[in-house]
Amino acid sequence: MSSEWPLWEVFIRGQHGLNHRHVGSLHAPDAEMAINNARDVYTRRNEGVSIWVVKSAEITASAPSEKGPLFDPSNSKVYRHPTFFDIPDEVGHM
Amino acid sequence: MYAQMVKTDAARVRSLEEMEPHERAFQERIDAGQKIEPKEWMPEGYRKTLVRQISQHAHSEIVGQLPEGNWITRAPTLERKAILLAKVQDEAGHGLYLYCAAETLGISRDQMYEQLHSGKAKYSSIFNYPTLTWADIGAIGWLVDGAAIMNQVPLQRCSYGPYARAMVRICKEESFHQRQGYDALMRMVKGTPAQKAMVQDALNRWWWPSLMMFGPSDDASVHSAQSMAWKIKQNSNDELRQKFVDQTVPQAKYLGLTIPDPDLKWNEEKGGHDFGEPDWEEFFNVIAGNGPCNAERLDARKKAWSDGAWFRDGLTAHAEKVADRRAAAKIAAE
Repeated sequence: MSSEWPLWEVFIRGQHGLNHRHVGSLHAPDAEMAINNARDVYTRRNEGVSIWVVKSAEITASAPSEKGPLFDPSNSKVYRHPTFFDIPDEVGHM
Repeated sequence: MYAQMVKTDAARVRSLEEMEPHERAFQERIDAGQKIEPKEWMPEGYRKTLVRQISQHAHSEIVGQLPEGNWITRAPTLERKAILLAKVQDEAGHGLYLYCAAETLGISRDQMYEQLHSGKAKYSSIFNYPTLTWADIGAIGWLVDGAAIMNQVPLQRCSYGPYARAMVRICKEESFHQRQGYDALMRMVKGTPAQKAMVQDALNRWWWPSLMMFGPSDDASVHSAQSMAWKIKQNSNDELRQKFVDQTVPQAKYLGLTIPDPDLKWNEEKGGHDFGEPDWEEFFNVIAGNGPCNAERLDARKKAWSDGAWFRDGLTAHAEKVADRRAAAKIAAE
């Protein structure tokens, strides 16, 4: 029967107070084994305090070819950045 | 170097003007130092070359466990045994990071295993040599991992994102491998004359195969030129080999060992060592499958794969059963 185990994406919280970050992927038959394998593959040197795994097939990603239309709209809104506004020095720190 | 003589399918490196618009845009991104990510457009040759190189690299990490695994049960102390176990476990991890990176290019894990088992995919020539004494384990860490680091450090800047990121993780861990090997040898050369002789013997046997890890001179190779244009490869084989020799000579001297090369001497003018030519006939022979341990290594991998089939299938069956039960319980609750 030998069918390939599904692929899981692994996210690790490196320290308390930080976000989980994508570190890589691995194959495992189910979520529990994926966590066990992720511990052995990605945290052999205390790299984590928490692990998330999610089946790769269940991730929806934006298409690289649509990068333009997806992100362009925010390019023209420079006033979203605080440096857009000149505040006189005598006002002090703001 | 764990990837040797990787083919690119290129007859020659084409200039920007000769390229189709898609390919030109791609090459310009690479020239600008941008990383290429999975699912982005890439030339088929780039994809295929990366699959070859990354899978060869991954296979090398996995097969590389075998010569060292040979000594886990016979390590001289409990501490050395624990260290060797951790090192061999790292090699498995490195193989897994790399297989995942290759999988982002559209090849499956099973396809890669199949290519290894059928002999279609290669792994580094170095792992086809036997580990005869405990000193060989030290020599592998010092020389083989040392040579691997030399190649892997620049690969962290490779143009393909997943490969470069896998390399960053691997390089962080690799330094432990080299140091533990050198540490084991430092201890042995301070031991009895017989122990010191054992270290010298290990160096005699591993020196030339280690230099061969970088592959034959590739200054005139179209594959190397193409790989460099794609920033899959950053340095020529000879450049890296020279760097390795220059780094290793003083380390051997510190151990009180003699490097088995009568032509080795310092060249003040070039600021590096001159050294002899490895036996390339031996290298091509090992690559072609006729090294001392090729058959044994491949048989061990095939046996592990077929012996593990019932276990992989069992875990899959269990996962399916649990998923079915969960689904049934959900329906019953509704």
